[in-house]
Amino acid sequence: MKKFQGRVITPGAVTAEAVVTTQGFNTLASLQMALQFGDKQVKCGDQNNAELHGKPLIGKALCLPQTIGSTTGGLVLYCACAMQKNPACMLFANHIDSLAAAGAVLADVWVDGVTMPVIDSLGDEFLSYVKDGMKITVSEDGTVTVED
Amino acid sequence: MLLTNEQKAILDGEKGETLAKVMKTLVMYGDAFEAEKLVPITSQYNHLVTSFGLKVMSPVYDLMQTILDAGVASGQKFSVDPRPLDKNVPANFLQNFVFNKFMYAKQDFYEQQLEKLGLMDKNAFSCTCYMDEVGNKPKKGDVLSWAESSAVVYANSVLGARCNRNSGIIDIMGSIVGYVPYFGLLTDEGRRATWIVRVKTTKKPEAQLLGSAIGMKVMEDVPYIYGLSDYIGTELDDATCAYLKDFGAATASNGAVGLYHIDGLTPEAKEQGEALIAEGAKEYIIDDAELARVQAEYPVIWKNPDAKPKLCFIGCPHLSLEQLKTWTDNIEAALKESGASKVAIPTVLTAAPGVLEVFNKTEYAARLKATGVITSYICPLMYMNNPLCKKMPVITSSNKLRTYTSARYYTDAQILEAITKGGK
Repeated sequence: MKKFQGRVITPGAVTAEAVVTTQGFNTLASLQMALQFGDKQVKCGDQNNAELHGKPLIGKALCLPQTIGSTTGGLVLYCACAMQKNPACMLFANHIDSLAAAGAVLADVWVDGVTMPVIDSLGDEFLSYVKDGMKITVSEDGTVTVED
Repeated sequence: MLLTNEQKAILDGEKGETLAKVMKTLVMYGDAFEAEKLVPITSQYNHLVTSFGLKVMSPVYDLMQTILDAGVASGQKFSVDPRPLDKNVPANFLQNFVFNKFMYAKQDFYEQQLEKLGLMDKNAFSCTCYMDEVGNKPKKGDVLSWAESSAVVYANSVLGARCNRNSGIIDIMGSIVGYVPYFGLLTDEGRRATWIVRVKTTKKPEAQLLGSAIGMKVMEDVPYIYGLSDYIGTELDDATCAYLKDFGAATASNGAVGLYHIDGLTPEAKEQGEALIAEGAKEYIIDDAELARVQAEYPVIWKNPDAKPKLCFIGCPHLSLEQLKTWTDNIEAALKESGASKVAIPTVLTAAPGVLEVFNKTEYAARLKATGVITSYICPLMYMNNPLCKKMPVITSSNKLRTYTSARYYTDAQILEAITKGGK
């Protein structure tokens, strides 16, 4: 077990299973088809991300360096939250990027009844330590506990 | 964040609950980047990324309606990304049914919302809003609240405007209150390069391939690029701007680049030169082998990798007038060489409505039509974002389209060969 301290972008506490990408998470490429065509597991549709492609994202602790790609990314994330098809939390090794920040904030301000904690600046060590399937616990203060 | 009295009053709800939530969104967004203040937007027009009435995006339209119902409008008129549908683009019965009755069933409704919010005009649908024929071209130093990754990177890099890679919805919220958080690419420090890229190819690199390689390497950082002006010159003429448009779109979609500097060419590089490079900048060298490696590693997700292409899209981002003319010349010449009169693969060239209007008044339009090529204002990405197209072998010279769909990328020369010489 290891603890990492990050910065809270949007608060919340949650426990979920990790899915990990060490490359940038392309929000549009990953989520759009799943949201559009009602994939209940919200499997990642990004063909360029071999670590995530085809893996369910709903309810998971998504561990990533940052998001990349289209500037629809934030609104796609917002829609995922509004439709309750979002990851349980998003845990960024790096400083959050503008698209992910927009999605997290839009969901926090405009969506009632959905909490998706978003923590950033967890560091490179976090992303090299965490592996798919590990148990992740996020605390309100931005502490992220990773259990093997 | 330090707010002015006016901004604080809006945040405190003195102008209504909805406007307070808009301001709260912008303040929280800025806080994520330690923005110290909000600064006024100075461009004449805004540009929005959300142009499509996708049924699944209902939460977006509900939010827009909340804004409209509160009597709030954008302080700026705006252009918006391309429409997702055009009956001129080949589609079978099932595709037409899915597009019109299922996927984009909200299109008319959403366009009505856009008109009420402040759409520039009914033709202001293009990802290349900065084309003269469209009329949304910011000035150097203008502060923007734009979204659309390819337009943002162009505005920052080629026009010298200042804009972060804002998401959809954040874009319109900026122009509703008239301010954006001051961070990142709005600041002098945020515009300094943290990567040095040295182009050492033996010929002019393909714009969309070079952009892809750089985007995947530097991600959201700012690259300062040496060696490219040897090939594309030191003046921002039509051909160079078109090259930079395609190059930038690939950096932004294959990575998350919002600004690049090209030594001796782009405005800030011309003014400040190497002073733009931050201490400790990393280095990336690109030669022929590196570009070949990047292209070879693109995944091919067609069911049958050897399938004959059924459709070809050229123009993501939308083509310029000069590019339309050049493609016309090139297709004509290649067809003549191969002894054919029509393209072997249904081919669509996409451009802004305003650009197509001008193109259609030139003698090139009839010549292009005679080759069997179709022109359209559509967004190829929106056309292809469905399972029906996933099974369809589509080729493109757009690295952005490749990134988001099952379309297979080829260089311009390879595309020309494919569409004029047998479709292989």
